[in-house]
Amino acid sequence: MNKINSIRKDWSLIETLIAEDRKILDIGCGDGGLMEQLENNRNAITHGIELNRDLAANAIARGFNVVHGNAELDLSQYSNNSFDYVILSQTLQAMMKPKDILSELLRIGSKAIVSFPNFGHWKIRLQLLISGKMPVTESLPYTWYDTPNIHFFTIKDFLNLCNEMNIVIEKSIGLTSKGKQFDISESVTGVNFFTHEAIFLLSYKNFEPIKIKSSKKVFTKNSVIAN
Amino acid sequence: MKTKFTADTKLESEIAYFENINLKLESGDIIDSFKLAFKTYGKLNADKTNAILVCHALTGDQYVAGNNPITGREGWWSRMVGPNKPIDTKKFFVICSNVLGGCAGSTGPKELQNGSDVAYGGNFPSITIKDMVKAQSLLIESLNIEKLFSVIGGSMGAMQALQWAIDFPDRILNIIHIAGALKHSAQNIAFHEVGRQAIMSDPIWKNGKYFENNEVPERGLSVARMIAHITYLSENAMHRKFGRKLQSRDIISFGFDADFQVESYLRYQGKSFVERFDANSYLYLTRAMDYFDHDETFRKNIEFSHNPNNHLKYLIVSFTSDWLFPTIESKIIVNQLNSLSREVSFLEIDTDKGHDSFLLEEPQLDDVIKGFLTNNFEKIDE
Repeated sequence: MNKINSIRKDWSLIETLIAEDRKILDIGCGDGGLMEQLENNRNAITHGIELNRDLAANAIARGFNVVHGNAELDLSQYSNNSFDYVILSQTLQAMMKPKDILSELLRIGSKAIVSFPNFGHWKIRLQLLISGKMPVTESLPYTWYDTPNIHFFTIKDFLNLCNEMNIVIEKSIGLTSKGKQFDISESVTGVNFFTHEAIFLLSYKNFEPIKIKSSKKVFTKNSVIAN
Repeated sequence: MKTKFTADTKLESEIAYFENINLKLESGDIIDSFKLAFKTYGKLNADKTNAILVCHALTGDQYVAGNNPITGREGWWSRMVGPNKPIDTKKFFVICSNVLGGCAGSTGPKELQNGSDVAYGGNFPSITIKDMVKAQSLLIESLNIEKLFSVIGGSMGAMQALQWAIDFPDRILNIIHIAGALKHSAQNIAFHEVGRQAIMSDPIWKNGKYFENNEVPERGLSVARMIAHITYLSENAMHRKFGRKLQSRDIISFGFDADFQVESYLRYQGKSFVERFDANSYLYLTRAMDYFDHDETFRKNIEFSHNPNNHLKYLIVSFTSDWLFPTIESKIIVNQLNSLSREVSFLEIDTDKGHDSFLLEEPQLDDVIKGFLTNNFEKIDE
């Protein structure tokens, strides 16, 4: 089969994070574009969830396993560790409970891939600083009163949350607004300033040993994760 | 197994005779011999990989497309099945058989008891969805088709498709399950019971022996149909179609004539139904639907089946305005399949046409069925 080219820049980066022959769940899969790319180029087995009825219908008609539904309500139906990768591309900021979604991603999948627009980008900071109004940019093109994006966060915020949830960042890719790509973890200074869009490969892989704080040595069932 | 086939010119159908086969029913009863009336469309390919079984709903029959000689009208799904239609008979070999217990040529209460000149009537054994599917599986076997590409059905047809996935997963590749459920709900049983009571309260019914005097319990059967027909529509669709419009009059009559168009419409539905459907069959088939219940067992059956079923693909479709088999029922199936990591697709189609939507003009239904079949068929061809 011929390799197909990505329609979106972040899709080709997501593809680089995924090994061959894996089972993948794409949340917010649209009409199956990324699924098609990963089936073709990575020989993946793909499943998808899509909230928009017409997009879901298109994806099904194109032969993909797609469930028309709402990820915030429907993720609980999937069993633990039933996928190798769960992908959430450009939608975390539109979720009601982003933290719950993050933990669901890593319950269902061995690894999660999350991409989002960085609210800490210098253009956004400058807009708010100078105009005093909520920023409107190419990646966040909506006015504050009419936007699907209800939780704005920066790379720093995301890293803090991952740290709090004991999520390990295996790889992180940043994209500048000009499409220049770099490794977020290596370029320390100014990352949160210049990253326009960020893509993370996450896992729970590197558990820290359980720290026993109390002398009573009480273990909770999920002590490794809850800690 | 040796099956005799004949062509019935009056019914414009093939008849398959299964003689001395001792079909054991779920109830424990045994039917020693039975026949199924069926129709086929398109051509079976050389590798026999393109066969699709379409399962009809409660009052359907084998006339899925083309002419129906009983009604003189087009087949019940002719908008879906045919050359270049979503279920394309240029590509697929489509089989549709009248269910066991039906009244369009298959063995049912209307037919003569084996070796006698009296019809079964109320002596016909109780039939379940599982029994219907077992009979269909024998038909498919006798047509020398090892594997069906797809089993497709809406409503009672969806129940049969699901039963195929449970009982014969190794003999199918995918199912398309439209407007169905794992179980017949209490409300659905209630509506069926009212329909059955209407038939059985008709003095002409005579414990199912109305045929002895060449009579038909028309009033009971038509009332049963009128009730059922309401459940197939939705409030919005009824309002859109009829509103409070009056029938052939300008003012109300202050009587019990069919003043309103909706009354006239229902009366017509009841009347025309009586001409094509057997009252006893209606009792037996509604009962079969009532008994359908995989609520507790479906997940276990799929997870622990002794027949491999990992390969099965499922397309589950529901309709927003279907209150007889609401979306939540479809989602239960989807949830259970997803929890087992099965290959399932699900779509809820936005329409106000109610349960009957699957028989009506719904472009999105056409698109997903056509796309699902075409793409999955290409995959097995590779």
